[in-house]
Amino acid sequence: MAMTDSGAAFVEFDRVQKSYDGETLVVKDLNLQIAKGEFVTMLGPSGSGKTTCLMMLAGFETATHGEIRLGGVSINDIPPHKRGIGMVFQSYALFPHMTVGENLSFPLEVRGMGKSEREEKVKRALDMVQMGDFALRRPAQLSGGQQQRIALARALVFEPQVVLMDEPLGALDKQLREHMQFEIKHLHESLGITVVYVTHDQSEALTMSDRVAVFENGRIQQLAPPADLYERPENSFVAQFIGENNKLPGTVVALDGDNSKTEGKIATVKLEDGATCEALAVKCGGPGSKTLVSIRPERVSVSAEPGPNSTTAQVLELIYLGDHIRCRLNVHGNDEFVVKVPNAAGHKHLVVGETTQVTWDAEDARALDPL
Amino acid sequence: MKKILILTTALTGFAFAATAEEEVTVMSWGGAYTKSQVEAYHKPFTAETAIKVVSVDADNPATPIKAQVEAGNVTIDVADVEFSDAIRLCDEGLLEEIDPSILPPAPDGTPAIKDFIDGAIQDCAVANIVWSTVFAYNKDNVKGTPTSIADFFDTGKFPGKRGLRKSAKATLEMALMADGVPADKVYEILNTPEGVDRAFAKLDTIKDDIVWWEAGAQPPQLLADGEVVMSTAYNGRIFNAAVAESQPLEVVWDGQILDFDLFVIPKGAPNKDNAMKFIAFATSTKSLADQASYISYGPARKSSGALVGMYQDGKTEMAPHMPTAEANLSNALVNNFEFWVDHDAELNERFNAWLAK
Amino acid sequence: MVDATTNPTNTGLTTADGKPLKAALAHAQARSRRRAFLLVLPLLLFIVITFIVPIGQMLKRSVYNDGFTVQRNLTTGEKTPIMVNLAKWFDENPAGTEPDEAAFAALVEDLKQLKELRAAGQAGTRINYELSGSRSLFTQGARKAKKLQPPYKEALLELNPKWNDPKLWQVMRSASSNFTGTFFLAATDRTRDADGNIQSVEENRQIYLKLFWRTLKLSVLITVLTLILAYPIAHLLATLPLRYSNLLMIFVLLPFWTSLLVRTTSWMILLQSQGVLNDAMVAMGLISDGNRIQMMYNQTGTVIAMTHILLPFMVLPLYSVMRPINPSYVRAARSLGATSWTAFRRIYFPQTVPGIAAGGLLVFILAVGYYITPALVGGSDGTLISNLIAFHMQKSLNWSMAAALASLLLGGILILYWLYDRLVGIDNLKLG
Ligand SMILES: Nc1ncnc2c1ncn2[C@@H]1O[C@H](COP(=O)(O)OP(=O)(O)O)[C@@H](O)[C@H]1O
Ligand SMILES: [Mg+2]
Repeated sequence: MAMTDSGAAFVEFDRVQKSYDGETLVVKDLNLQIAKGEFVTMLGPSGSGKTTCLMMLAGFETATHGEIRLGGVSINDIPPHKRGIGMVFQSYALFPHMTVGENLSFPLEVRGMGKSEREEKVKRALDMVQMGDFALRRPAQLSGGQQQRIALARALVFEPQVVLMDEPLGALDKQLREHMQFEIKHLHESLGITVVYVTHDQSEALTMSDRVAVFENGRIQQLAPPADLYERPENSFVAQFIGENNKLPGTVVALDGDNSKTEGKIATVKLEDGATCEALAVKCGGPGSKTLVSIRPERVSVSAEPGPNSTTAQVLELIYLGDHIRCRLNVHGNDEFVVKVPNAAGHKHLVVGETTQVTWDAEDARALDPL
Repeated sequence: MKKILILTTALTGFAFAATAEEEVTVMSWGGAYTKSQVEAYHKPFTAETAIKVVSVDADNPATPIKAQVEAGNVTIDVADVEFSDAIRLCDEGLLEEIDPSILPPAPDGTPAIKDFIDGAIQDCAVANIVWSTVFAYNKDNVKGTPTSIADFFDTGKFPGKRGLRKSAKATLEMALMADGVPADKVYEILNTPEGVDRAFAKLDTIKDDIVWWEAGAQPPQLLADGEVVMSTAYNGRIFNAAVAESQPLEVVWDGQILDFDLFVIPKGAPNKDNAMKFIAFATSTKSLADQASYISYGPARKSSGALVGMYQDGKTEMAPHMPTAEANLSNALVNNFEFWVDHDAELNERFNAWLAK
Repeated sequence: MVDATTNPTNTGLTTADGKPLKAALAHAQARSRRRAFLLVLPLLLFIVITFIVPIGQMLKRSVYNDGFTVQRNLTTGEKTPIMVNLAKWFDENPAGTEPDEAAFAALVEDLKQLKELRAAGQAGTRINYELSGSRSLFTQGARKAKKLQPPYKEALLELNPKWNDPKLWQVMRSASSNFTGTFFLAATDRTRDADGNIQSVEENRQIYLKLFWRTLKLSVLITVLTLILAYPIAHLLATLPLRYSNLLMIFVLLPFWTSLLVRTTSWMILLQSQGVLNDAMVAMGLISDGNRIQMMYNQTGTVIAMTHILLPFMVLPLYSVMRPINPSYVRAARSLGATSWTAFRRIYFPQTVPGIAAGGLLVFILAVGYYITPALVGGSDGTLISNLIAFHMQKSLNWSMAAALASLLLGGILILYWLYDRLVGIDNLKLG
């Protein structure tokens, strides 16, 4: 479902920039194409410009530069109420002076829909989020999770083409959040709507999305399906932000083959303790340039046959986690090197203080931009 | 030992302070009027008796008396009030009686009772000045020269707005005089329903051109600003604006209404004895004559008249500016307090109803 | 304990040590309640002393006046009954009895006492409230009472024929009782005729009802004007960044910090017919020099000045309800398809209603009671009922009348408040 061809894009940001104060750019040259029916998440730390992007799409903020298109048509000059975009706010924004039913009826009313049709749609939308019995309650009489469902139902009841959600689950506790993630995903699939979702919670982004756009400082650092994002981070920021990573700073000393193109080749990196290791060149310069080698903890083995990336390591700490044991080791002078050892037959049983050997494949070590 | 010494020093100091702090609080109308009293009464009084005079101003010093006396929390020793207020307050038992024998005789020995103008000494009040409600005009804004009270009510001859005090008193009398009623018949006619109708009918003729004022400081301001071309006013205020501030204002004495201002002592005044002393001092022949050199209000004693001299600028003869000057009395009305105490409520109701119409 | 929880049908729950649960609870709460009461006691006393007692006294004064029955020596505090002989005659003879020689004899006896006590003015003033012109009747009568010889009726009538006025006798009869509805009648432009029947006063003296009505109308107008002006200001204050909104707030509060005289002077400079506004309009050719608009010393002046003074009382409650309204409500409405007007009307406005209600009530009640401003800039048709209350308090000294007018005003406001509660609901009120 990944988008490559902008011709089929349903929602499209085309070189969009945004500045609030005329001095700093909050969104820098944003290009993003979203296909119809896709679930795209904007993931990034707080203040990275995610909400701003969403607000520009909804029409509450104007883009300082660039164009936003919906269904191929520029919507820069279309006021929010004519965009037909549903929105779920982090604070839910349920109208406190209206009942749940009235809240849901509101978008239909302003569209001039007849009473009986309205009632039917409201009922269907409420049933859809399993809140059929609550039509006469006021928002204040509902729990957080219930309010969340109502906000969702309200954003969907008028059958918008696109639904935007800005950290919709941020105020819920963990269990409820996971449950709602599942429900939202389910609704997305059954209704076939396009969803643009904002969160700063990476596991939420990874579990729900077709594709994730990782934001940092007003820029998309990587736009990829969750698996790619985890397995193949394209730069240090993404590697750090998504999941856990071991970092080994060093300098590229050689690349296999000729030096015309670095990406996809195996690079030899000289680490800070003087040892060398091999890594897949993803985002590093030619020989002589600084780099950061990044390895996922679960890709490091303590029992494998020695290879080019084998080295000795001292066990510093062990944490028993049931299905696996988390080991902190000193590797190449890095005290924070973590390895996850499956708690299964055939895996070595480590003891604190002992010296062992760790090994990883060159393909699993990614030479990225230095931090 | 040392402690005792300090204590006694402190005590004697305190006692000394207490005697030095003999005082009397006098409430008056503010502005140039209070100033004239401070110069002519307060300062010489303190110089002679060492009693400090605290001067307090109010829009109408009669106003707080009832509330203070009823609440048993009197802070004023002497108040300068209008005639009808003095009578009414006295009736309600809110004032101390003043024995006329405490008032000093005239320099030639005439007893005070004989020296004061008729009506100036009442059971609970002693008059200090004769003031009057006159009308005045702004020379720069009026074409021609108004000379009679009839001109005030003639907007055909003298177009422009008129300022009038928002009260039935004086307004109705002036309306009748403008309608041709001689001064000595005014209250007789005003005592009849037809007379009241006649007064209001006369007021009707200029109603749309009236700007109403309430505080004595307003008319000179209204005249100076050009808001009105003529206005009724207290004669002293106009004098002050015209002479001290050189405003182009002129008083018309025809149809003036004379009134007393009197000193009264609220019941339960904290410094009653000092208040008596103050009143005796302030209403002496010399004090009253002195006051007249600061503001153009007439002294309430006959013997003071001869002593009235120049205004403080040293070049304006005060005598012709006094309401009591012979030339100014040709068509003058003396306010009948008894009439107003009787009819105040009724006529003010009618007046307010007429205003609201 | 176990019993109580496991056996819900057990009627009397008990605590662990067997005391009835309800009693234990009451005991536990009684102490905290006592402490709470002690804490609010100073406030309670303060309110009783400064508020309830004076209002009670005012209400009493409006129906109670002993000016014709008791003379009070304010120095000694001693009270002497007066007009006792006449009161006795009134007791013995029913209303409507032609006053006979005995009545006049009693009257003369009482007049002599009035002279002695110097209470003629007081008694006369009380009668004068209802029958204009009778105060001098009493002072004159008391002065001459000693010299009068029987038959007293003839003697008094010779002194002044007004003594035979049946209306006078009706008023004296009603005044000889301390409790009276006269002041309420007068406050509603009504009076009693000689036979004691209630009737309207002559048309040219009817003023109070008219002024009540005008006060109501102007107060409503001022409330509406302040609302129209304050709403956008409050909205701006609530949405602007704090830095700017604080500055704006200072401008809003400025009227509070300025003395009334300074304000009055500035209104005069602005509004009078030779003032800045008129000069500007003449200069721009909007009006001719001869047709300057009168904006001062009339109703317009009152409305402008009072709107200015009372504006903050509307802005502050509005601001306090607008500030916490999350902007995402309006955004949500817009995203749901509402135009900005619909979003305002259906979503924003209803949430500000408590502020409007509070501000409206506050401004209205203050406007009803304001008297200084109308007195200064009101002119002839900008006078309000409170000006007449002030008149009776300060000038005519007829405090009973002032109290009756004030009581009516209070009653009117309470009725409006009640109506308001029925229509809007008091719980819908948010004061700051
Ligand atoms: N209305 C606004 N005015 C000025 N600056 C804003 C406004 N909204 C957001 N910003 C700034 O823009 C940046 C991005 O904010 P936002 O889009 O809310 O980030 P995110 O949603 O990723 O946390 C932040 O630095 C924030 O301070
Ligand atoms: Mg955000």
